Amino acid sequence: MRPVIRSASAVLALTAVWLGLVPAASAVDTPDPVADARAFQKFFVEKFPKVKLEDFVNGPYSMNEDMYRQWQDKEQFPPYDFSLDAGKEMFGKPFKNGKSYADCFPNHGIGVRQNYPYFDEKEGKVITLELALNRCREANGEAPFSYVKDEMAALTAYMAYTSRGKPFDIKIPNDPRALEAYQNGKRYFYTRRGQLNFSCASCHVQNPGERIRAEVLAPAIGILNAMPIYRSEWGGMGTTSRRFTTCNSQIRGVPLEPQADEYRDLEYFLSYVSNGLPISGPGARP
Amino acid sequence: MASTIRVRATSSGETTEVQALIQHPMDTGLVKDPKGELIPPHFIQQLTFEYDGKNVFLADWGPAVSKDPYVKFSFKGGKKGDDLKISWVDNKGASDTTTAKIQ
Repeated sequence: MRPVIRSASAVLALTAVWLGLVPAASAVDTPDPVADARAFQKFFVEKFPKVKLEDFVNGPYSMNEDMYRQWQDKEQFPPYDFSLDAGKEMFGKPFKNGKSYADCFPNHGIGVRQNYPYFDEKEGKVITLELALNRCREANGEAPFSYVKDEMAALTAYMAYTSRGKPFDIKIPNDPRALEAYQNGKRYFYTRRGQLNFSCASCHVQNPGERIRAEVLAPAIGILNAMPIYRSEWGGMGTTSRRFTTCNSQIRGVPLEPQADEYRDLEYFLSYVSNGLPISGPGARP
Repeated sequence: MASTIRVRATSSGETTEVQALIQHPMDTGLVKDPKGELIPPHFIQQLTFEYDGKNVFLADWGPAVSKDPYVKFSFKGGKKGDDLKISWVDNKGASDTTTAKIQ
């Protein structure tokens, strides 16, 4: 990210000098998500000239040929299959009051994964798919699911599966709170934390394709397109919430509660900069 | 409930390649649950693939096999459209059987 930031701020500084009147600080602080997303995607494309943009959704497999071959074999018989089936069954099963998940979502919940998370202008907050699913349950008098695995992973797996191939289409409405949420997520992404003093970007922007112990790090771009994932390391499925919380504990930080405001904003930012990349979930990772 | 066994068998003329994925917790009996109590052992003891009345693959498994195990092997013979019968029995006496068509 560093070279991009440098050139971007150089341009901004130049403009500021040229205009003369604009205070440099406010020019730099003005968030510009469109330019951010373009710079973000450009950074990865230039760092990995051999990888096609849409292949970044395959995470570490796009970085390593050997792993790519093994994964191709695995995809013929994917380990998330059981969860996907369970999700399909759960999704179609009505609640006690006769309604079902389909009633809570546009297009009955089929092929809509690419629109989540979205900014709810009424509430003034980011709504993720996992949050929307649990709210749907609560609105229909059912107990909410755990955000990290099992049922939640199965449901999101099914919803992602029906949306495969559709490009991420995250919108930032013309609302200062939406921009604030985006900025907040971006700040969270680049802030170092934990005993190891890592930011999300330390691994997923500076070092994708490199190894951290035995694992190959995934690029930040497209990382959410593959969610939820079956991780062999976990021996099961995990949601975006699980990915965020375990990332934080692995850098020896204290994870937030799943679906805390910061995580929702982070998901908003990370999905926005992957706009245009296809949904590939559910995924399988080592 | 859907079957716990997923099978794909493809014949290439001389040999048949079989892939199977089985849903099973495969608890070793050595792991504790969040309350600190031991999860009792629960694993598949025998897995059989039967073709034309004969066992083409038979595995005596123990607790060391992973959760949701995956098996891949090939055997000589096997014709397209024929049945392949797969079954497992675990240490609690539970079992499941399914039949797949060779493709």
